[in-house]
Parts: sequence; structure tokens; C-alpha cells
Amino acid sequence: MSLIEGETGSWEMVIGLEVHAQVISESKLFSGASTRFGAAPNSQVSLVDAAMPGMLPVLNRACVAQAIRTGLGLKAQINLTSVFERKNYFYPDLPQGYQISQYEKPIVGNGTLTIDLPDGSTKDVGIERLHLEQDAGKSLHDQDPLHTYVDLNRSGVALMEIVSKPEMGSAEEAGAYVRKLRSLLRYLGTCDGNMEEGSLRCDVNLSLRRPGGPLGTRTETKNVNSIRFVQQAIEAEARRQLEILESGGTVVQETRLFDPKRGETRPMRSKEEAHDYRYFPDPDLLPLELEPAWVEELGAGLPELPDDKKARFLADYGLSTYDASVLVAEQENAAFYEALVKGGKKRDPKLAANWTITNYFGALNASGETLETAPVDADKLGGLLDLLADDTISGRQAKEVFEAMWESGKDALTIVEEKGLKQVSDAGELGAAVDKVIADNPAQVEKYRENPNVIGWFVGQVMKATQGKANPGMVNKLLKDKLG
Amino acid sequence: MTPTDLTLAGARDALAKKQLSARELTEAHVAAVEAARPLNAFILETPEQALEMAAASDARIAKGEAGPLEGIPLAIKDLYCTRGVATTAGSRILEGFRPTYESTVTSQLWRDGAVLLGKANLDEFAMGSSNMTSAFGPVENPWKRKGDNRKLVPGGSSGGSAAAVAARCALGATGTDTGGSIRQPASFTGIVGLKPTYGRCSRWGVVAFASSLDHPGPFARTVRDSAILLRSMAGYDPKDSTSVDVPVPDYEAALTGDLRGLRIGVPKEYRLDSVPEAIDRVWQQGIEWLKQAGCEIVELSLPHTRYALPAYYVIAPAEASSNLARYDGVRYGLRQAGDQALTEMYEATRGAGFGEEVKRRIMIGTYVLSAGYYDAYYNKARKVRTLIANDFRAAWEKVDAILTPTAPSAAFAIGEKMDDPVAMYLMDVFTVTANLAGLPAISLPGGLSTDGLPLGLQLIGRAFDEETVLRVAGVLEEAAGFQAEPDFVAGR
Amino acid sequence: MSVDIDTVRRIAKLARIRVEDAQAESLVGELNNILAWVEQLGELDTEGVAPMTSVVEQKLHLRADAVTDGGYPEDIVANAPQSAHGFFVVPKVVE
Repeated sequence: MSLIEGETGSWEMVIGLEVHAQVISESKLFSGASTRFGAAPNSQVSLVDAAMPGMLPVLNRACVAQAIRTGLGLKAQINLTSVFERKNYFYPDLPQGYQISQYEKPIVGNGTLTIDLPDGSTKDVGIERLHLEQDAGKSLHDQDPLHTYVDLNRSGVALMEIVSKPEMGSAEEAGAYVRKLRSLLRYLGTCDGNMEEGSLRCDVNLSLRRPGGPLGTRTETKNVNSIRFVQQAIEAEARRQLEILESGGTVVQETRLFDPKRGETRPMRSKEEAHDYRYFPDPDLLPLELEPAWVEELGAGLPELPDDKKARFLADYGLSTYDASVLVAEQENAAFYEALVKGGKKRDPKLAANWTITNYFGALNASGETLETAPVDADKLGGLLDLLADDTISGRQAKEVFEAMWESGKDALTIVEEKGLKQVSDAGELGAAVDKVIADNPAQVEKYRENPNVIGWFVGQVMKATQGKANPGMVNKLLKDKLG
Repeated sequence: MTPTDLTLAGARDALAKKQLSARELTEAHVAAVEAARPLNAFILETPEQALEMAAASDARIAKGEAGPLEGIPLAIKDLYCTRGVATTAGSRILEGFRPTYESTVTSQLWRDGAVLLGKANLDEFAMGSSNMTSAFGPVENPWKRKGDNRKLVPGGSSGGSAAAVAARCALGATGTDTGGSIRQPASFTGIVGLKPTYGRCSRWGVVAFASSLDHPGPFARTVRDSAILLRSMAGYDPKDSTSVDVPVPDYEAALTGDLRGLRIGVPKEYRLDSVPEAIDRVWQQGIEWLKQAGCEIVELSLPHTRYALPAYYVIAPAEASSNLARYDGVRYGLRQAGDQALTEMYEATRGAGFGEEVKRRIMIGTYVLSAGYYDAYYNKARKVRTLIANDFRAAWEKVDAILTPTAPSAAFAIGEKMDDPVAMYLMDVFTVTANLAGLPAISLPGGLSTDGLPLGLQLIGRAFDEETVLRVAGVLEEAAGFQAEPDFVAGR
Repeated sequence: MSVDIDTVRRIAKLARIRVEDAQAESLVGELNNILAWVEQLGELDTEGVAPMTSVVEQKLHLRADAVTDGGYPEDIVANAPQSAHGFFVVPKVVE
């Protein structure tokens, strides 16, 4: 909880997030039309999605399963009876004139999401509910000066609305919440988490209050579509509310939009009118009753989730919480790391974590490659770590070899041999070099007797003489022995 | 005998025996539809399509591939979407709308060989009990009062379907029944109207009025004909989540004529002081006929009956207000003020496209669902609905079917009862309970009023027990021997 | 509970129906008449009664997740009062 210091005293942010996550499914929530992204306008629309007269919804079993799986991943209560209701309002991309959603009885109730904060600590954020609902179509406002174009391809795609409790106190926590939720959904395979394509969208509820005081009036900033924007929108909206409150004004409860270009929020004009959604159970559908056995079966089929994996990485590999959090954020990354650690005879988990996070992920980011396309896989990186571990190469050499591997796709040993980079660890060969440096530099030997730090100069000379291939640890040891 | 005087079963048998071709049968009915134009029973006549379908039927009959309704000309209530054939729901708001799809029920009728004569007139969006709310003008009842030339209403909302069958323009018709919209017009026009169990006939492709109360069902001139039509219309439809997956029996085979040992309930709450004496007399007569047929008559109480209509007038408008939100001028139908701002376009389109009764019901429905009123009205009405269903559940412990009058009056004159919506709503007082409870119910002509108009008897049965309802109706029909004919019969 | 002219206007706005002044006046009476009649439901004690959710006793049928529909954009816009390039076209919406 970070406080905002205003001129009239300090303030506390109270943040709740509503995340709309697009369910991974082949077909829509209530129709057999495809959910694929980016098709020609109105080509993935059934008569049901276009709300033709007399059309009726039929619920997709897989979407229900995805909601249950997500609920289980959030350690939430699964409601064995839930009800689809109609949320009534007019909008051109809402063909029915209502959205089928869940209101009084959502499929998932109270749960928890443990978020990972940058200082390595964690915080539990309460989940209030998760419900299934239909997505709307898409309105294009920029195709024509006088008209809006409507494409219903998205109309009816299943969304999970995941509502947190208002338990976050900073933009940083909100960012961590979205990051963690996204990670969990991707582990579960229930949402691809692609924020650019709009598969994951956030509405930010924010209010300010005096520390420990009563809750203030909140605003809802809609459709914020990146983690960075979530954080920026929170900062901007908190600033705006702070100014109002500090100057003695009152915050109006309203729906706002975040403008990333200006870095500010503004009221949403289309939402100005007071809404009265007239929710009522959809008479075209019956209450959804779940078999407990089905829920159990879905639970048994869940993969190892980020928190469990992190706990295991801490226990089994002795990693720092930071390293463990980074490694488990994406299932593929964690799998890469484990393949690396388990691939060789006895690879040092910490060294492997270091190399994975710093060098390997660094190279992925810099090159724009992915785990699938990268020229170096876990096996090859493991080969490099093994050469490092058995003193074939030095740490400095390893970095050079890694760069060459990334360029050529060759394995570490090949590159070490091609470049003749093998570290000299042969006592006889190194002993001769050490003897020669000592014999050639009697004055330095004198200096060493007075100041043992001069040993560094000798090491440098030996490295130079061996074109940098000498094992530095061994050189040190030999010098100490011979200089007495 | 002209082909239009045949019953559906009679025509079917004549076709099978090749005494008549489907073409001849259809031509006779196409001519009858034309002759009956003064009744305004059809919004759209489809003679060319009818003749094409009849030719196809003749071809199938020749190949020995005749379906159960092969060559049978039908009127389709213009609430059923028909592929490539304009569908209006009796409203201006669907102006120009041609569905690219066929409703499940009508596609089953065509599958079984039936022929489309045209789209029958109806109250706008099936909201009405007189067919006076249609944007395409009122339908005239083929019946007239003795010695009175005033035009009468055929009842509603399926007034066009009922008038077409009564006037011998069609061997049968489809209707929909949300509060009595099949049974009340059947009673007003002296024919048989059947509302099956909720979930028995698919609602897919039928323009929705009130989803939890809408029931597709058949009209015909005899109980047997109704049984034949129902068999083709019924059946599980995976496209309708409220459709029920139970086998469809051979309803015609249920007409055994044997009612011995059946217990028939007579509910005291259906005896209203305000109802004309003749209605009570016909009801009493029906009771006697059933006694003679070996039934045991059981006095019953369905204590929440009087609350059924008020509950209905909360639930139906609430659902309708939402179901009719899709008529917004964006994807089909009428658009007004398209060059103005979006909200103006919506309001102008819906203001001009909906008639007064539809607007009234949308307003009521919007109000009862709005913040602060939901519990007092909508939830209260749903609880009352539970009580009404429970009344019937208790009754089924004691009886196998329930006999009541169909409507509290005979057909009234066009223009009567128009000033007070509530007075019009009361037309459904005996029928609406079966909609709220989802139970199968039939109306068949039981006798005549003092001024010579048909009066219907209603039988209500257990859920999915249309067979008992039809079996009892068959015996009553036989006992009643209803032979009276309407004033107007097409072609005479 | 009774409705006044402002309520009628508010409801008409929610329902997106243009109502002329004279019409609004007469709707006040008509709606009050209907609501007064409906109010007799209040006589019934419904304490502990569950609101009806489904008139037929059956479980909600769930369909398999397969692409079985769509792919006919011409049909979707075939009845549209205005369309262009496969899109529905409506008066400009300001967000």
C-alpha cells in the first residue's frame, strides 16, 4: 500500500479490476460460429449471433469447462447452479439488444489470486466472482465520416469476466495482478492473454480515501488494453481524483476512457446516460446445473499452476524468489528451465537460472526470437553450462561462446574447438609459463614479498603469455605455491 | 364434395387412394384463399409456391414416397420464419424482411410433404386477442351472429390462421399460443386448436413474443387432424434449449375413443359470474358427455387461478420488452431517421415500426424490470407462476385431465372492447393458466351461443400427455357432433 | 405504485421508443390502469416460494464445441437497411 501525499494530507488508492478474458474455444458461447480472429466482416456470424428473429442460444459445453477450470485455478468456489441473465441496453454492435451474461448467480464465486511483487514478496488479492458472458461485435468509427460500420464476428464469443475485490493499493499491485492473472489463464489454457488483440481487457475501478477512512466515490475506466496502460491509467486517474478532492470537490461516479496518447482519462460520452440494465433470467435458457463429478474431473486435469511450480522451484532448486517468479511466469519458460537443469549430469540450478534469465531471455528479447524459433535450445545451452562447470572454459569465454552459438546455431563444444577457446588447465603447461614469468621478473618478485596484491600482475602476465586460455584459478594457485 | 370440404385426414386418404391429386387439392385451396380475401386472413398468399410444392408432392406420391402430410395445403401464421418468403410478425417494423432460414416447425411440415398456401394474419407480434392489432388490418371472423351483420373478430392472436381454417381456405394451420392465442381463436371460429406442452414444438425460427410462454401448435377442423399435424410439428430440437428430448408418439393412434376410468377435473375457479350462461351450459353439457363416456368427474380447486392473468401481464411484457429490442433498424426491417444520430434513429424506427399495443407492452415490460420494481413485479409474478404450476401439480394427483370453457365470451364485434386494454386481456382468463404451467391444452367446439356463435371447450392435461388430451377431445367431439358452419365458407 | 409522465418518458427512453406528447399523456392512464390491476398480486403471500425459472423439468442441454455455423456473410447483411463492404452501417456513434 503506497500512500499519496497531497497538500491536505495523505491518501490511499483503492483499486479493483474487472478483467474480460476471451475464452479459448473453437466456437462461440451460444452459437456454432467460429471464434477465429481476423476474418472478413460478418463471415463468422451465425443467425443467432446476428439476432435474427426467432433465433435461440444453445450453450457451448467447452466454454463452461473453461470457466470451471479458471475458477479452480483461482481456488474459487464453483457454483453448481448458475443462471444466465439478459443485460438490456441498445448499441449497434449488440444485436440482441441485450447481452447474455450472469448476474445474481455466476458460475464461480469467491477465490484468491496471489500476486508477485517486484521485491519478491507476495500478496493475496480476493476474487469476487467469475462469470460467463457474450462479447459484443466491433464498431468501426473511422471508416466513414458520417457512419459507424459494424462487424459481428466477435459477437457472441465467450468471455470470462473476472472481478477482483477492491484490494489493490497501487498501480504496481494492479500491474502485478494483471500479469499474474494472465500467467494463470495461459497455464490453464483458458485464455491466450493476448492484450493487443483484445483477448484480455481491463476495467479499472479506482477511488481515493484517507488511510483507513471510509471508501470514496469510484470511477470505472474501461477497456485498458495493456499492463503498462493499466498502470498509467491508474496513475492518471488517481492524480485527477486527488486534484478534485484536494480542492474540496467531489468525484463523480462515472465510466471513463483512458487516452494513452494524452496519458489521461476522460468521461465516456456514450455512457453518460444513467443505465438501468433490467437484468432478468434469460427465458431462452434454463439454469446451468453442473455435475459435481464433472467439476472434480476438470480439477484433476489441471496442470501444475504458477504458485505450485514456484514453491517447487524454491524447494527443489534453491532459487531466489525473484528468479523463481520470473521462471514460472510462462509455462514454456519454466519448462525450458527444467529441461536445462535436468538435461545434464549435475547442472547447478542457480547457475542455470542465472543463465536462463540473464543471458538466454536477454538474447530472446534482443533478437525477437521465441523459444520455438531460437537458434539455441535447452540442450545446447546445457552443453555450454557443462563446459563451464568442468572448467573447460571460463565464465568470460562462456559469454563469447554463447554469442557465437546464437549466431551460428552450433553447439558449444564445436565453437570452443573451432575458436580454440579451450581453457588451459594442464598443470605442466601452466607451470612452465608461471616459472618463466617468475624467472623473467625478479624485481616484481621482490615487490610481491612486500605486497602480496602484486600477484594480480603475475596472473595478468601468465594470461597474456597463454593468449587468455589459462584457467585463472589454477594460475593463481600455482603462483602462490611458487612465489612462496 | 369439393376438396376444401374434406378434413385433413380425409384429404390424406383420398390422395393415398389417388382419388385426388395434390395439385387438385392445392388448386382448390388456392382458389379458396383468393375467394376469402375479404376476411383478410392472409398477409401474403403464396399460390405459385403452393403449386410447385403440390407438383413435388404428386411426384413423391407417384414414387410411393409420400410423407405423412403429403400434399396437404396449410396456412402458416406469419410469426414463423419462412425461407425467402416475407415474414412480418404482423408488424411494420419487419418491413421487407425475408428470412434466409426456415423455422424448425415449418421445415418439419415441408419435410412431411405439406404445402404452403400463405402467411396468415395475426395480432402484431402475437400481442392481442382479437387480431385488431395487426399492422395489416383486422381479420374478419367467417362467423356472424344470427340476424346481425356486424363483422366479428376471429380472436387472436392467431386470428388469420383460425379464420382460414374455419372458412375452408386451408386444411390446417400453424398458430402460436402465449396466453391463449391458439385456443381462444379456435373457440371464436368453431375449430380445434391445440397448444402442446412447453418444449414439445421447437420455438427456433418463430418470432419470439414471450419466450417462456410461447407455444407453437396446430389448428384444424377436427381433433384427428390436429393429432396428425402435431405429430409433424413436434419433436426435440437441439437448436432450442427449452425443447425437450422425449419421443413423439403417434397421436392419431391415441384416439381410441375409450375414456373408461379416466378422472376429469372440473375446477370451481373457472365458474365466473360475469360469463354468459351459454358458456356454462356448454361446459355442463361437456361434463355430462364425459360422464356418459365412463369418466369420473372430480370437483377441483385451482386456488391461484385468478392471479394467473395479472402474473401473465407482468411476465409476458417483461420478456417481450427484451425480445423486441432486436428490432432496432440495424440488421433488418424498418429504419427511420437513418440520417440522424443513432439514438434518434432507434427511437424513430421503433416509434414508427411498433403499433400501440406492442408499445404499451414494451413500456409495461421495461417498467416492471427497471431498477426498484423488479422484485415487486417481476419476481413476484414468477413466484405466483410457481404457485399456479403447483395448483396443477396437486390436481394431477386426483385427475387425468381438466375440462373448462375456453373463453369467457363468444366472438365479439370488430371495434368492441378496444378502449380498455384490461378488458381485452380478460379474454385469456381461462387459457393463460396452461401457458404459465406449460401444460398441453386443446379447444374444440362444444356448442353455440344464444346468437349462434361457436363456443369452445378446453381440456388441459399433464405435461407431455397430449395423448390423453386428444383422446378425451376426440370423444367430446363425437358427442358434440358440432355441424354448424360459418356464415362465410370460401367458394360457396 | 403509479407512473407519472416523467416515468413514462424515462421508460420510453430506456425502450428507445419515440413517444409524442399526447401519446405520453394517454400512456400514463393506460399504464396505471394495467399496473393497478396487476397489483392484486400483492394480495398473495409468496413468502418462501421460489420464483419459477423453468416451466419444464429438464436440465440445460450443452452443445459440443465445434464450428458448425457461420460462413455466410451475404445472408447476414442481406436484410440490412444499409450495409457497405460486408459491414452493417449505422449513424455515427460517438464514444
